[in-house]
Amino acid sequence: MKAIPVETTINGDATEFLCQADESLLDVLRDRLGLTGAKEGCGTGDCGACSVTLDGRLVCSCLVLGVEAQGAEIETIEGMADGDDLHPLQRVFIEKAALQCGVCTPGILVAAKSLLEKNPDPSETEIRYWLAGNLCRCTGYDKIIKAVHAAAAEMRGA
Amino acid sequence: MNIHDPIKRDFKVVGTRLARPDGRDKVTGKAAYGADISAPGMLHGRILRSPHAHARIKSIDTSAALALPGVKAVVTSADFAETDDQDFADIRDNCLAREKVLYDGHAVAAVAATSKSVAKQAIRLIKVDYELLPHVTDVDEAMKPGAPVVQEGRSLENVPAGMSENVTSYFEFGHGDLEAGFAKADQVIERTFKTAATHQGYIEPHACMGTLSADGRGELWCCTQGQYMVRANCAEILGIDASQLRVTSSEIGGGFGGKTTTFIEPVALALSRKAGKPVKIVMTREEVLRATGPTASTSMDVKIGMTKDGRITAGTAVLRYQGGAFPSSTVTMGAQSAFAAYDLEAVQTQGWSVLTNRPKEAAYRAPGAPTAIFAVESVVDELCQSFGLDPLDVRIQNAARKGTLSSYGPTFDEIGLVATLEAAKAHPHYSAPLGPNQGRGLSCGFWFNFGGNTCVSLNLNDDGTVGVVEGNPDIGGSRASISMMAAEELGIPYDKVRTVIADTTSLGFNDVTDGSRVTFAVGLATIKAARAAIKEMCGRVAKLWGIDDDAVYWEDGYAKPAGPNAGEYPPMSLKEIAAIAGSTGGPIAGHHEVNADGAGVSFGVHLVDTEVDPETGATTVLRYTVFQDAGKAVHPDYVEGQMQGGAVQGIGWALNEEYIYGEDGRLQNPGFLDYRVPVASDLPSIETVILEIPNPGHPYGVRGVGETPIVPPLAALANAVSRAAKVRMTELPMSPPRLLKALAEQA
Repeated sequence: MKAIPVETTINGDATEFLCQADESLLDVLRDRLGLTGAKEGCGTGDCGACSVTLDGRLVCSCLVLGVEAQGAEIETIEGMADGDDLHPLQRVFIEKAALQCGVCTPGILVAAKSLLEKNPDPSETEIRYWLAGNLCRCTGYDKIIKAVHAAAAEMRGA
Repeated sequence: MNIHDPIKRDFKVVGTRLARPDGRDKVTGKAAYGADISAPGMLHGRILRSPHAHARIKSIDTSAALALPGVKAVVTSADFAETDDQDFADIRDNCLAREKVLYDGHAVAAVAATSKSVAKQAIRLIKVDYELLPHVTDVDEAMKPGAPVVQEGRSLENVPAGMSENVTSYFEFGHGDLEAGFAKADQVIERTFKTAATHQGYIEPHACMGTLSADGRGELWCCTQGQYMVRANCAEILGIDASQLRVTSSEIGGGFGGKTTTFIEPVALALSRKAGKPVKIVMTREEVLRATGPTASTSMDVKIGMTKDGRITAGTAVLRYQGGAFPSSTVTMGAQSAFAAYDLEAVQTQGWSVLTNRPKEAAYRAPGAPTAIFAVESVVDELCQSFGLDPLDVRIQNAARKGTLSSYGPTFDEIGLVATLEAAKAHPHYSAPLGPNQGRGLSCGFWFNFGGNTCVSLNLNDDGTVGVVEGNPDIGGSRASISMMAAEELGIPYDKVRTVIADTTSLGFNDVTDGSRVTFAVGLATIKAARAAIKEMCGRVAKLWGIDDDAVYWEDGYAKPAGPNAGEYPPMSLKEIAAIAGSTGGPIAGHHEVNADGAGVSFGVHLVDTEVDPETGATTVLRYTVFQDAGKAVHPDYVEGQMQGGAVQGIGWALNEEYIYGEDGRLQNPGFLDYRVPVASDLPSIETVILEIPNPGHPYGVRGVGETPIVPPLAALANAVSRAAKVRMTELPMSPPRLLKALAEQA
């Protein structure tokens, strides 16, 4: 099968890659571009560990084809911090122990950032429903929800 | 300094909530998990799995797969070594089937190819000729004489003649006169319970990448709860020397016991040995669910007698656990823990281990205990309801205490059960009002905890910082807790310590990360390694000052002269001592090797409020509080995290999670859509109350905390749902169809 050339923007950087027609964006990110922050937990869009945004929309990158990145803006966990400065969500996740094994953490952070961009002041219920597509098996979600809440307050300057 | 000092109680670092050292890597996506590492020239491995529940392998033809361009190697069980050790043989035969496939998903052969897609095509070209055999997946069916026999000749001698060969072992624990005990009761309730198999559900599928050369030298990177265990299994299965295989554990994306064995690592190495290149294997979620993990499914009879004033007079439990296609032993721990929370004059537990055509059971957080305790705590609750007694008062009245002869033999030392029950009783949750269709349930939980083989090295760097080398993968913040204990003991800041996880050649043997052992045992070894380094530092300073070794003592990071007779010397800091180590005798390090005992048993109590919807059979968890004795909580955030995470796994076990097998013996729900673990919107906040009753077996009083929290939720939820629905639920999970059925049968 002939590889297809794709031009895209990832975390603000113009990026070109070749991929097969049936290759997922997740496989492209991980195997071709070395961006292994997005994880494959299921490959069926049920766990959210591969969450990225595509033109601002939260997606499971395992359910997006690599070729769909053509001309799009992709944001991954690798682009969330500003150099050495962590995003408030990232910092608060560490401060509030909102991770244990950490494998779901990149997906949850990407999803939470996407929530706060749409809704800077979400209720606990809104956070729980927004993150219902992101499985975490270690924490019972409690500290994650509290961390998102605290980061949202900090970002609002509340 | 005396190494047998009494338990330390004043802490500067331990007990605070510090940022974990691996936090930044984990929130930025930099942390490298099992699937995140690749090597130049690497091939992709993929495994062919049985579509049948039980079949004889008549032949395997790999020629077409090998002929596919890009395929570099194919392996079957013929590529593994012979072994005389039955446990290794079982692990080996689970990695790649010999003679028979024993369950749907059992690995049969594997390929290594230049791309994932070629590997995927290649396994479809492997032709396996199967002779189908009858299968059995239910524990009660498998025990019947005449049931299809999964493996022959595996029964221990104490299994009575006439039972199915699927029954592999029998255990019995207890004491006292049962007949007299039941005669004293005002009421005796006997119930039968069933629970479905569940999966650990770690979000990271098994993954590894390794090389093995023809000369037997190898390197392996994998996500595991124990790199030494992986080395031992791979060396035996591949017929190589352990010394020649270096295993490095990756960051681990959850395990919960399910990564305390090997599935793909020997396969990747066998492929690499044939292909002469590194091979990576990453399981799909479907493979994880079909071929790894699950717990036993169970069938249990529990009988308990109680007087009308709440005294339990006798109890018995008969537990039947199927552990899949290979002999298992978790029923032993179920039988030992079933009545552990009670001080009983007459108690007996019996456990039967049974083979079925299901995946080989793997440990899951307090293996065996949650289901057994679900059955016992359900009957205790029903007796409380029957007599109109307060279920917490009854548990306090009958609670095991220091000096209680436990149902499984030992006499308890300091335990925190009564304090935990009293904390639950005093908590506002217990007296909060309930609405219609709502019910409150509670349960005690118990786990043994474990210490085990542990090595730690602690190295002083010449800039006054410290490196701790330990051998247990950090599954939930243990690098933080170990660094904290090193900093505490040495009297230096936490951020001057770096803890790393050693590969198998860099440190002596360590047991796997299991049994809630790491903070306890690795912490203990770290403290003692620090004490060894302190002793060396004090000796060096004594020589500098020209006084006796024992005239120097260590306090808050400084060597000081001990009292006026020792002389007047300015204290020397660790940094100063480290800086001149080269001129006082060479580098300074401390180490400690131990097979740690004294882990100290652990108890918890969970309280839960639920609301059931009689129209749909759905259960909502309204409020949840966990009370647990943690000994000394080294990092309270991560102690709470264990309590919350265990509770939620237990909520999933109680309400949703279930291995569903069809008539054809195939797993019907091998994906996260249908094997439904709890999501954030299913849950309330999980409140936590940590009790700190010091464990006499640890220098800081630490007790393992990780496993106990999964034990109470099954019964706590069953009791809450049974009270809310006004029908006793005896089968897990209490999914909507089961609850609707129970309501219909009652009406």
